[in-house]
Amino acid sequence: MYRPKIVENLGEDEWIYAGHPACHGCGAALGLRHLLKTIGKNSILVVPAGCTSIIAGTMNAATFNIPFIHTAFGAAAAVASGVAEALSRRGRDDINVVVWAGDGGTYDIGLASLSGAAERGHNILFVLDDNEAYMNTGIQRSGGTPRGAWTTTTITGKKEEKKDIMKIVLSHHVPYAATASVAYPLDFNRKVKKALGIKGFKFIHLMAPCPPGWRFETHMTIEIARRAVLSGAWILMEYENGRMRLNPPSSNMLDKRRIPLEEYLMMQGRFKHVKEELLEELKRDVELRWSEIKEILEKQGKR
Amino acid sequence: MGEVIYPVTEPGEGSAGKTGNWRWQKPIIIIDKCVKCGLCWVYCPEPAIYLDKMGYPHVNYEWCKGCGICAHECPSKAIDMVSEYE
Amino acid sequence: MSRTKLVLTGNYASAYAVLHSRAEVVPAYPITPQTTIVEKIDEFIETGMLDATMVRVESEHSAMAVAIGASAVGVRTYTATSSHGLLYMYENLWWAANARLPIVATFVTRTLGPPWNIWSDHQDFMTLRDSGWILFMVKDAQEAYDLTIQAFKIAENPDVRLPVGIAYDAFVISHTAEPVELLTQEEADKFLPSPKAIQPLLDVDKPYSIGNLPKADYHYILRKNLWENILDAKNVIREVGKEYGELSGRDYSSLVEEYECEDADTVFISMGAMAGEGMDAVDKLRDKGYKVGHLTIRTYRPFPDHEIKTIAENAKRLIVFSRALSNGKGGILYDDVASTLYREGLRMETYDIIAGLAGTEVSEEDFMKIYHDVRSGKLDTGKSIFIRRGEYV
Repeated sequence: MYRPKIVENLGEDEWIYAGHPACHGCGAALGLRHLLKTIGKNSILVVPAGCTSIIAGTMNAATFNIPFIHTAFGAAAAVASGVAEALSRRGRDDINVVVWAGDGGTYDIGLASLSGAAERGHNILFVLDDNEAYMNTGIQRSGGTPRGAWTTTTITGKKEEKKDIMKIVLSHHVPYAATASVAYPLDFNRKVKKALGIKGFKFIHLMAPCPPGWRFETHMTIEIARRAVLSGAWILMEYENGRMRLNPPSSNMLDKRRIPLEEYLMMQGRFKHVKEELLEELKRDVELRWSEIKEILEKQGKR
Repeated sequence: MGEVIYPVTEPGEGSAGKTGNWRWQKPIIIIDKCVKCGLCWVYCPEPAIYLDKMGYPHVNYEWCKGCGICAHECPSKAIDMVSEYE
Repeated sequence: MSRTKLVLTGNYASAYAVLHSRAEVVPAYPITPQTTIVEKIDEFIETGMLDATMVRVESEHSAMAVAIGASAVGVRTYTATSSHGLLYMYENLWWAANARLPIVATFVTRTLGPPWNIWSDHQDFMTLRDSGWILFMVKDAQEAYDLTIQAFKIAENPDVRLPVGIAYDAFVISHTAEPVELLTQEEADKFLPSPKAIQPLLDVDKPYSIGNLPKADYHYILRKNLWENILDAKNVIREVGKEYGELSGRDYSSLVEEYECEDADTVFISMGAMAGEGMDAVDKLRDKGYKVGHLTIRTYRPFPDHEIKTIAENAKRLIVFSRALSNGKGGILYDDVASTLYREGLRMETYDIIAGLAGTEVSEEDFMKIYHDVRSGKLDTGKSIFIRRGEYV
């Protein structure tokens, strides 16, 4: 019996059944597969409207081999609050309560319930599955859509910047918050494990590219997710009790050892129209983000 | 009195039917080139790749949708994507 | 331990019922005039009288969402709201019914704005008419207490498994104190099943998914199933009401309350606080020899078709008072009654009286005036007639 190390680390148990309705090359389906591998069967998954309403399967067969509840679009964090409190009353604090919500169900319609649950500090892991638009309804822009991106409701490109959800979540003094990417499953796995070991409201922001929504071929999902990180457009980091740490490979990229942003953007049809001036602006957005991080790390270092 | 029917579903394979039928191109694993790194298994969103005792990957064509991620991610180019129609 | 009689507002009576029912999770968001229910429950919890978890949510939408999550795990769950709060939780109210979750809620009826208005009107409550919730409307604090306890038993019945709402009028009932006889905790414990008997839908030993995509044909079956279950719930309500009557001496074995109806040629039909005025009017009219009765609709959904048919068969005319209006159609309770008559093949004089909108008082004089004007042929059958403090408007 031989197993590669990465397979051993991630574990061979699967809690998601094949033959589910996710699109070809779906980043979210891969994220769910790895999330469920990590949380295991002693978990309850709470999911608002979104792509995962479909991925969860039909009434012929459910995709997930753990208890799963669909919720109204804006309600996931609140339903999870109720699940967590009820389990606690039954002495079942050992069961992981995990929300898996898209960008619409987090940045937009789900923001109030996310904020409420985070402030109250229920024992929940909230995973934001970010594909940067309302993909399930047909690629409409959300608060999580980045500037410049084409969607069916921003056909000349989104004018506004992507909302900084991490800052919003951190303002609730949560004990743990992190970003992750489907291209880095070991990093994601480690962060989920870490979050489950901490009591309270935890948040993981997972970048999960969407082939039909981002306009790229289905085999490129991981390549694009990886380039998002390598270009510095997506930064792997974690906050424990408010203290920030960069994770590899982002931790090596503070001094601009990054691939050009266009090598990430230009792989995607949604940025095809981006010309010089806008590209420069988008690059400035990325630089601004990195200088903020530098500042945070420097401040932390002084303590 | 009528029994209550709950809107609940038991888990199982094929919630969307035989998703292998969605495929227009299929991954063919060339075992001779495989270095058993496991990345095709890691990155399959289905999952439709399983490992044999030796650690070599195999495709479950019943479910594989043919997205091609495995072929693209394979560092030793041991997976070819072949059209289903040729 | 012997029973106590306390002077309680409708809201405190509800809170005591929640205490005696040993509700386990209580999510709530404040809105006038619901607030004192939740404050009292919070006091019960924080002083150690009630072992429950209060979740002080950030909106009514989340109040019902928390209730959904908790109830899906199989714990006894209660919440309360009013008016715009009810409408803000609306989506999740339907969700709770379709997910077959035995949540119990109090709806203190209040006018919808704009303009802002905190007084009673049944318009908010009536939006739940078609939702699959079992709906009671009570006319005093005692009934609020009694029916809230019964509500848990009805909701959690494995053949029902639907949320139950108990509604009553803002202030007239919610904030007006009257003597209320309470069960002892032992009696309540004996009457209600253990919350641990509630079947959980979320269970790590049975990894089911709740609410997956159905085929339309199967979804139709689910819809039909809920419809059958809520109709069958009429018998459960009667049985639970009878059992509660044997325990407490206050009988609830009927979906309605009949008052002087046996030989009545004219029957008033109303619900909520105004029913008290209606019955007072019956007394006065009876004193003058008029054969008048009053029918209080206590169980609004499932609708008491059979009871109305029985009354209607012995009467000449029905005068229905609605405190809510289907804009562009007519009094909502009137339409309910009229359609029952039509379905039962009964044709008779019926009057659609719109009274008490926006918190205006409805008095026994209003009932009497309507009665006399009906008898003297001043009012048209089938037309919506608006009366406000004794004047037609």
